[in-house]
Amino acid sequence: MRFDQRHLLGIEPLRPDEITTLLDLSEKYVTLNRQRDKRAGTLSGLTQINMFFENSTRTQASFELAGKRMGADVMNMSMQASSIKKGETLIDTAMTLNAMHPDLLVVRHPHSGAVDLLAQKVNCAVINAGDGRHEHPTQALLDALTIRRAKGRLHRLSIAICGDIAHSRVARSNIMLLGKMENRIRLVGPATLMPAGIAEFGCEVFEDMNEGLKDVDVVMMLRLQKERMDGGFIPSEREYFHRYGLDAQKLSRAKADAIVMHPGPMNRGVEIDGTLADDINRSVIQEQVEMGVAVRMAVMDLLARNLRARPKEVLV
Amino acid sequence: MTDLLITNARLVDPEGDCVRPGALLVRNGVITEVFDTPSPDISLDLVPSQHRRDAGNRFVAPGIVDIGVKVCEPGERHKESFGSAGMAAAAGGVTTIVTRPDTLPAIDTPEVLEFIRRRANEAAPVKVLPMAALTKGRQGREMTEIGFLMDAGAVAFTDCDHVVSDTRVLSRAMSYARSLGALVISHPQDPGLSRGGAVTSGKFATLRGLPGVTPMAERMGLDRDIALVEMTGVRYHADQITTSRALPALERAKNNGFDVTAGTSMHHLTLNELDVSDYRTFFKVKPPLRSEEDRQAVIAAVNAGLIDVICSMHTPQDEESKRLPYEEAASGAVGLETLMPVMLRLYHSGDLTLPGLFRAMSLNPSRRLGLDSGRLARGAPGDLVLFDADKPMILDRFKLNSKSKNTPFDGARLQGRVLETFVDGLSVYRSL
Repeated sequence: MRFDQRHLLGIEPLRPDEITTLLDLSEKYVTLNRQRDKRAGTLSGLTQINMFFENSTRTQASFELAGKRMGADVMNMSMQASSIKKGETLIDTAMTLNAMHPDLLVVRHPHSGAVDLLAQKVNCAVINAGDGRHEHPTQALLDALTIRRAKGRLHRLSIAICGDIAHSRVARSNIMLLGKMENRIRLVGPATLMPAGIAEFGCEVFEDMNEGLKDVDVVMMLRLQKERMDGGFIPSEREYFHRYGLDAQKLSRAKADAIVMHPGPMNRGVEIDGTLADDINRSVIQEQVEMGVAVRMAVMDLLARNLRARPKEVLV
Repeated sequence: MTDLLITNARLVDPEGDCVRPGALLVRNGVITEVFDTPSPDISLDLVPSQHRRDAGNRFVAPGIVDIGVKVCEPGERHKESFGSAGMAAAAGGVTTIVTRPDTLPAIDTPEVLEFIRRRANEAAPVKVLPMAALTKGRQGREMTEIGFLMDAGAVAFTDCDHVVSDTRVLSRAMSYARSLGALVISHPQDPGLSRGGAVTSGKFATLRGLPGVTPMAERMGLDRDIALVEMTGVRYHADQITTSRALPALERAKNNGFDVTAGTSMHHLTLNELDVSDYRTFFKVKPPLRSEEDRQAVIAAVNAGLIDVICSMHTPQDEESKRLPYEEAASGAVGLETLMPVMLRLYHSGDLTLPGLFRAMSLNPSRRLGLDSGRLARGAPGDLVLFDADKPMILDRFKLNSKSKNTPFDGARLQGRVLETFVDGLSVYRSL
């Protein structure tokens, strides 16, 4: 069991065995989280700062809860409201926070690569909570854990990722992770929402959803990223729902025991039918949220172990 | 204006497409004799010893004429001044810099151009020829006073990376420029398709989650421009052709006899999109770095003479504008001083010959601008570079003469070094 990362900036640098290590440890935290007393002292004495340069409710709450249950001192900073408005650069903000000696820095930023940039300038462990359209590693890990628990394995599954692939960091991290674990990945969506060169990632691309969902084990829906669209990717939401929204009829093409996933927040009636999302026999959307806390606890646990194993660096 | 005798040299002659041993005599700033013997018998009375150089069997080539250099005066002198750009040019073997008008404010009136010429003459040790904007404020709405600007010394007209999107405005500006014989330089990019792009679209862009621009935008921009050239008959130069898809259009235009030439930048010849790697903003240039196949195709086009000019696209940016997330970071790289050693990579790799290289860096740009330079021939100005093509070095960006240090070649192992640069026979740089 090894985990050799200093930061968690993406799924791309992880080895398959590191992913398995993370998921195995997450299982323990799932058990812990279901107990009345949910405390673990793993991060006791450490400081965790959540820096969100972009709106987030569930991811931020999930990280905050994970940190608090493990005994870290957690501070939330909503960066839209603060110094960025006063013209401070990302690196200056990072250096300022770094001087306060945090141990874990959880960062979300609207620009791809911004978290990598920040990680180069600080001494603590940095966790990417989503950067632009690049990666959202903890989401992919919690999806993987959910799939593994529902299907009993995380390899040789047929998984359809549907919707706005082009603007989705969740899709990129999932493609990366599920590919590393040797699954068959299908991407389903209109050509305008498919990023260039995606076929070279070893995925099968489908423009017809009925075909794309045929005999899959997992249907992963993505949110239509309205805020990231600079206009004109789809003719209208109702046409989108008709062709690419998940409903019972389209789902019937998948395997009878196929599960339905969604990273949230959902646009009911745009990419997923509301009744289907609430169907406890098919939808694992609530379980995904639960796994999120456990996975984030496991990530911070492993990073903190590596942090403690390293000699304390002098500030430069 | 002075006298100079260089002996024991290997002369790089882009006109004759050869390298041959010989010697050169410059009198009153002009090459008066090219000798086939390495050490001709010239009396010390004619050229005293301080004006003699023994090249020691190293290369002498016509000085580089770099079209499209940004000197940040007026407006952003902290990034680059005529003094610093001139020093960088001299240290890089560039004897003529042709400056871009994308300053603050844009160089779009004879008055601003006058200021540039005065500042350049005061501060720069090399020749400076200014270009002017094609439209006022580079806004793409009204043409500038092309005639007055030519009288004031503008050698070409360009809106740089601001593509004139209104084809009616552009066609009028081109027609008017044609009537005066002015050269129009354009940045071939379809403005709609290329909007917001930070890298070339494709697998790499998707992997990094960066907004990509399709290479097709360049071909569409070029196709549109060539149609307007056909319509107006203007003298036209595309500043940078960087993709294989644009090459057939360029070839067709040349075969049809239009007055069209094209350039490309040192970065697109020596780097590809993967060099951006983990969001390294010093590799962010405009247009973005392309695929390896495109790079190879562009090298082949330079070799075939389809692409005429190699330039540095020298664009100084301060550290702050580069230390940002990739999408937000400024585009551009400095290149005056690194142009020659970087381009020598293609000589060492066998992709380009030395005469071929100096044809694209010295001879062709001179011809396009109607200059006498770029040649090692009687009557040409004594703009020369003496260099060692093999001397190895590791580039340290903080040792560059430019005020801005944004080079993608920091730490790169390069081979080739400028030993001395002459402008009109006068030594303006000598390496220690």
